[in-house]
Amino acid sequence: MTNVPDDLLYTETHEWIKREDSDKVRVGITDHAQSELTDVVYVELPKMDRQANAKEPIAVVESVKAASDIYAPVKGTVVEVNKALEADPGLINREPYGQGWIFVLKIDNADELKQLKDAEAYRKQIG
Amino acid sequence: MTHGEYSKTPLYSEHVRLGAKMVPFAGWLMPVQYTSIIEEHQAVRNDVGIFDISHMGQLIVEGAGAREWLNVMLTNNINKLGVGMGQYTFLLNERGGVIDDLIVYRIGEQKFLLVVNAARRDKDFAWLQNHHKEGRSLDRPSSGLETAAPCELMNRSKDFGGVAIQGPRIADLFHALFGKDITLPPRNCIANFPFDGTTVSVARTGYTGEDGIEVFFCATDGVKFWNAVLEKGKPLGIKPCGLGARDTLRLEMCYPLNGSDLSPERNPIEAGLGFFVDLNKSTFIGRDVLLKTTEIGPREKLVSFRMKEKGPPPRPHYAVFQNSERVGEVTSGTISPSLNWGIGLAYVSSAHAKIGADIDIEIRGQKFPATIEKKPLYKK
Repeated sequence: MTNVPDDLLYTETHEWIKREDSDKVRVGITDHAQSELTDVVYVELPKMDRQANAKEPIAVVESVKAASDIYAPVKGTVVEVNKALEADPGLINREPYGQGWIFVLKIDNADELKQLKDAEAYRKQIG
Repeated sequence: MTHGEYSKTPLYSEHVRLGAKMVPFAGWLMPVQYTSIIEEHQAVRNDVGIFDISHMGQLIVEGAGAREWLNVMLTNNINKLGVGMGQYTFLLNERGGVIDDLIVYRIGEQKFLLVVNAARRDKDFAWLQNHHKEGRSLDRPSSGLETAAPCELMNRSKDFGGVAIQGPRIADLFHALFGKDITLPPRNCIANFPFDGTTVSVARTGYTGEDGIEVFFCATDGVKFWNAVLEKGKPLGIKPCGLGARDTLRLEMCYPLNGSDLSPERNPIEAGLGFFVDLNKSTFIGRDVLLKTTEIGPREKLVSFRMKEKGPPPRPHYAVFQNSERVGEVTSGTISPSLNWGIGLAYVSSAHAKIGADIDIEIRGQKFPATIEKKPLYKK
């Protein structure tokens, strides 16, 4: 069984979202997603200061088998990226909710977070 | 298709029990990995690994005319095979394109075993069956096939299962399984051995670049054999390995994958596999085209390449450039687990397909430099 922490929000496309400040969220991919992808061998991080709309692809996670887009969960601006993934992309497999985070987004409208799934809804989605 | 519509190998329940991630492949539900593609890859490079290859097809050709007929159907020279020997060879269409790459074993004076790719199994059989009938008809006297003495063609794929056991510790494992005094068959050879009340065929072949064997057994003996290998292999560090590791291992060795690097539109000369084609044979299907390709040189060649910088993995269908001119396309690519570096195979126009040449691989609109290198890309 994969791990779905209760204190995070989730997207249909398997990103997790952690609220950091009133206007910042940290984003990564779920345990379920990393397990489906298999060994991650490369991460294309988003550019700093990039602005993105909700559901816009802004990063790429590549496993041995395939490349997968990572989407901005809500509208915002990239203010931090996890450079550690460049040297050690396997962090995503080993610590999907910890050292394997991908970027931090400064969000425009905190209300948009209400449209994301809670842990229970995401658990239901992945069955 | 839902999962219910896929075929399952005799080892399916074992894969599920071991927690494998099962994926559709060539109409089969196969394990892509058990724990990690990279770990499984390393197990084969450093110790030993076992793969389920029961999805592959087994065709039998038997009879007084079997040898002569197969020598017209296949590119390599079957007359080089004594009983118990095997060779890598191609089944081609009239245009010289690859229907399948396979290993043919001579398992009796007049009996041959063809081990073919899962995805092509039924196509191969249908193709051979059509030509088998043709060979006997008299309305095509020019085909050169009608002289063949009779032989029988049988698809025995459903009766057999198989595993590949690969890695440097294979000899220890073989002796643990079959007995201390039993000799491993020499490279590319096949022999039968008694095993726990049944008989299995062991071939010294593989698709990983490591020493290893492929074992074929009655489908009903599959689970028993699989579990015996895992148990005897435990002290040797054996790991069950999935299709993911099978692909990265073969790609480091630049072994072609049918459907990616080989296709009915590509011939073995373009693929750089002319070694397995005997143009001195007076006739075989596709010979005229291959003679011509050899004479004038192939338009494109399959080359192996290595990325110059650490970066995203190359993947099939990415465009290949040289000095901003598009010169080819990637057919296989990955991050090599042994080298921790991007590698791949690509068809590149012959004028640009020189070892040492600089090329660029276009990945998501951005060009990444690479170098055409000698095969294999991985050496111990």
